[in-house]
Amino acid sequence: MPEALQAFNSGIPVSWYLILSAVLFALGVGGFMFRRNIITVFMCIELMLNAVNLSFVTFANQHKLVSGHIFTFFVMVVAAAEAAVGLAIILTVFKNRGTLNIDEIDSLKN
Amino acid sequence: MDLLFFIVFAGIAVVSAVNVVLQRHPIASALSLIGVMGSIAVLYLQLGAEFIAMAQVIVYAGAVMVLFVFVIMLLNAGAEVRRGRSWTAQLLGIPALAAFVGLVCWFFQRGFSNAGEVKFGNFTGGSAQSVGYALFTEYLLPFEVTSVLILVAIVGAIVLARKEMD
Repeated sequence: MPEALQAFNSGIPVSWYLILSAVLFALGVGGFMFRRNIITVFMCIELMLNAVNLSFVTFANQHKLVSGHIFTFFVMVVAAAEAAVGLAIILTVFKNRGTLNIDEIDSLKN
Repeated sequence: MDLLFFIVFAGIAVVSAVNVVLQRHPIASALSLIGVMGSIAVLYLQLGAEFIAMAQVIVYAGAVMVLFVFVIMLLNAGAEVRRGRSWTAQLLGIPALAAFVGLVCWFFQRGFSNAGEVKFGNFTGGSAQSVGYALFTEYLLPFEVTSVLILVAIVGAIVLARKEMD
């Protein structure tokens, strides 16, 4: 029983956090590529930013440095600003074209 | 105990992220994304990043996602129209993505196998005090530049979202 208890009390390898971060990032990329709704595409970008933040904080823990937290903080600030401007752009696009499907917003193609 | 917490919240995060991608209705995706962000906040706490965990809950799960839900409500966005996607994108994209994840996982498993372990409480430098100290001494210039960025974002959002005045 002590061995099982030891396994129960042991820490988590750093690589597990990084793998979780990679999986979340890949899911964000997949949603970004395959979804057609512009709001969902935007949410997938937020998912990717969160995944990267997780690896920043993991590295901060590994190296016992606070710089990773500062970086995460700045990423959060930029993501909040990006969300505000991006959603305003989505509102304007919807007002002018009446659609949220990114296949139909293609006026730069011609 | 650490392992149990990690498995539970990593599982919630992955399942919610899959749900974000697979749900057809934007509001369901948004609510799943809040689940992802909440469980990532718990993982931040476990990594000793108290301030970042709180900022995650307040800024991301609070402010940003409320903005998303508000826009979904304003636009009355319905379920996504499913149309025939190009086969090349699916044939190439999904295997490429799977290969990317496999390669990255292999790299992390190999390169970080003896990088130490994460245990709750073995890093206490993530308190609001130490983050604030670093922010206002070493990283003061980026912090001030960020305020300009936010000002630009506010002006941009107002200009984009206002009614045309003739």
